[in-house]
Amino acid sequence: MPARNADLFAAFLALGVLLVGLMLVDTALSRRLDEAATRQRRAIVTTLTLTDLCLTTETRSTRHPSLADLHTPFQDHPLALDRFPSGSLMVLPPHLRPREEAR
Amino acid sequence: MIRLVDVSKVYNAGRDNAFVAVDGVSLTIAAGTVTALQGPSGSGKTTLLCLAGCMARPSSGRIFLEDTELTSLPERFLTDIRRRTFGFVFQRFNLIKGVSVLENVMLPAYPTGEPHAVVRQRALALLDLLGLAGKGSARVEWLSGGEAQRTAIARALINTPAVLIADEPTAHLDTTLSREFMDSMGRLKARGTTILIASHDPLVRDAPVIDRIVEMRDGRLVAGGEQG
Amino acid sequence: MRRALERQRHILDFTLSSLARRRGRNLALLIVYTLVVFLLASVLFLAAALKREAALVLADTPDLIVQRLTAGRQDLVPIRYVESIARIRGVQAVEPRLWGYYFDSLSGATYTLMVSAALADHPGAILIGGGVSRRSEPGEPARPLGKGDVLPFKDADGGVLPLRVQGVFPAASELVTADLVLVSATDFRRLFAFPDGQATDLVVRVRNARERATVAAKISRLHPDSRPVLRDDILRTYEAVFDWRGGVIVLVLAGALLAFVILAWDKATGLSAEERREIGILKAIGWETSDVLLMKFWEGAAVSLCAFFLGVFLAYLHVFFTSSLLFEPFLKGWSVLYPRFRLTPQVQLGQLAVLFVLTVVPYTVATIVPSWRSATIDPDTVMRR
Repeated sequence: MPARNADLFAAFLALGVLLVGLMLVDTALSRRLDEAATRQRRAIVTTLTLTDLCLTTETRSTRHPSLADLHTPFQDHPLALDRFPSGSLMVLPPHLRPREEAR
Repeated sequence: MIRLVDVSKVYNAGRDNAFVAVDGVSLTIAAGTVTALQGPSGSGKTTLLCLAGCMARPSSGRIFLEDTELTSLPERFLTDIRRRTFGFVFQRFNLIKGVSVLENVMLPAYPTGEPHAVVRQRALALLDLLGLAGKGSARVEWLSGGEAQRTAIARALINTPAVLIADEPTAHLDTTLSREFMDSMGRLKARGTTILIASHDPLVRDAPVIDRIVEMRDGRLVAGGEQG
Repeated sequence: MRRALERQRHILDFTLSSLARRRGRNLALLIVYTLVVFLLASVLFLAAALKREAALVLADTPDLIVQRLTAGRQDLVPIRYVESIARIRGVQAVEPRLWGYYFDSLSGATYTLMVSAALADHPGAILIGGGVSRRSEPGEPARPLGKGDVLPFKDADGGVLPLRVQGVFPAASELVTADLVLVSATDFRRLFAFPDGQATDLVVRVRNARERATVAAKISRLHPDSRPVLRDDILRTYEAVFDWRGGVIVLVLAGALLAFVILAWDKATGLSAEERREIGILKAIGWETSDVLLMKFWEGAAVSLCAFFLGVFLAYLHVFFTSSLLFEPFLKGWSVLYPRFRLTPQVQLGQLAVLFVLTVVPYTVATIVPSWRSATIDPDTVMRR
């Protein structure tokens, strides 16, 4: 007797749930495995007094977003935000947004 | 088996286009018999079938199935009884397109929660009985007129109903297929099924399997009716 | 109980057969739907993982960084500010930082060049990050640079300054060191003709964490041209870095969502005559309103659940096993040096639950609600047709 559609679907759903479970397990395991590496990175940050993660080396405002001010992109080029793709993905840091600037 | 007592059905009651489909009909259908409902279109045959088969509620009057009064039952019970007791064959077959013959036949049994294997077995047996063995996985659109008709009958029988109701079953069939249909009815009667057929086809009326003819006109019984 | 389960299975069977009838269209719908979930989930996972990483790794970033602005531009900070700031109450230590960006014209890469006290007695030596070691010039075979290799730099006068690699930062630290080049102060000044008595910015350590804001305010008052950046600002930057409201992500998401709405449109605008006829047939052969609604539920749920699980799983692979390959063109942009790191997977049940509610529920509801009226029609309407 051929497998019923419903049973196949149920199997697929079960697989889906299983995969989600695996993702959660992977998260927990990786966290533990990466602990040493994380500590190493943290130590380097402290020793070298670093302030940002290196996510891109395209422009100043996206390489060191926490140190950028509102005008930093424009120091690169007046049309900076338009021309640099990384700026289109990364968002203005909270402390640069209007109500924060008034500080 | 089925007893209708002074039953009336009015559609769009209270509005301008109010229409009395059935007017004060009293009728008793005995178990195991084949009854033919005759009359011109608009005479209320279809509505009477619906009422007898628990598909609609009468505007007035009472309907009894065996000893149970149907008219006072809540909707859900009515549907359950209808599912278990009645099987319907429609004028235009009304099969679900794009779905296989077997699945079409099994559909009425789906909501009952009966085990799949059991229902499937019954469906295959019915297809066998009606000469459709091996057509189970065929698409409904590929069937010939006769095969579609027999599929419709098989579907009506899947829940092993006590009563089969057919509305103008031979309207779209040629003589040969019409005769085959009546033969199938004969076989079912032999198994004890009560049958109610609405038709204005003389071929149906003259078939030997018919036990009784009831005539209707303008929503009323003209001949063959009885006081319950 | 068994009956109830069997009923579900049966109705689901029919629903799936029914969906298979319009295979092409439903497949297209599933693909677009999965894409929408995939994009949403990818951004969610990436943002969450980076947030967590930043919070952990930048936990001890300086309390305060003091920059200086001149005519709206970031300018160098005079080293004499160190003394005046050190005298502020609450300040534990102040140190100047010398760093900048160096553009390597031969490879096209931009490095973050920093002065390190560790190299003070080793002029001519540098420590480089993983991204720098992958440096290559066009036409040259790629070969990772290691200890002992020499990198040519151009100094401020146009002359060449070769610097020898003394060490490479471990690969596991690329997230923070990929483009770093540590040099001695002497070499730094030579490369940039950096004026004496100036620094790029100042690092301030505060005695009491709660006093950061107060100290920052005092520094601003003391030196009105200064611009203090607090540790809180730094950390919050990464909490918000991939906010879904950011530029391109919104566009891509909007596009996918539009495609999805178009495909789902005929569901939301009610049933076709054919569908209504079929519901009529089902009711005539013994299906109740609740059975029909259950079928409609499964129609929506089957597609949504498939799309959800597929989209989430693919997003997980995308972000944590291919390092967000699809976002790379955006993050890399015109740059040459791009960090290589594997983010620690970060997925929480709460995130998934929110994603589930946002993606599965609306579509399932959009499938059931329009069918409500049709599902309640009287069974005899099919007979009377």
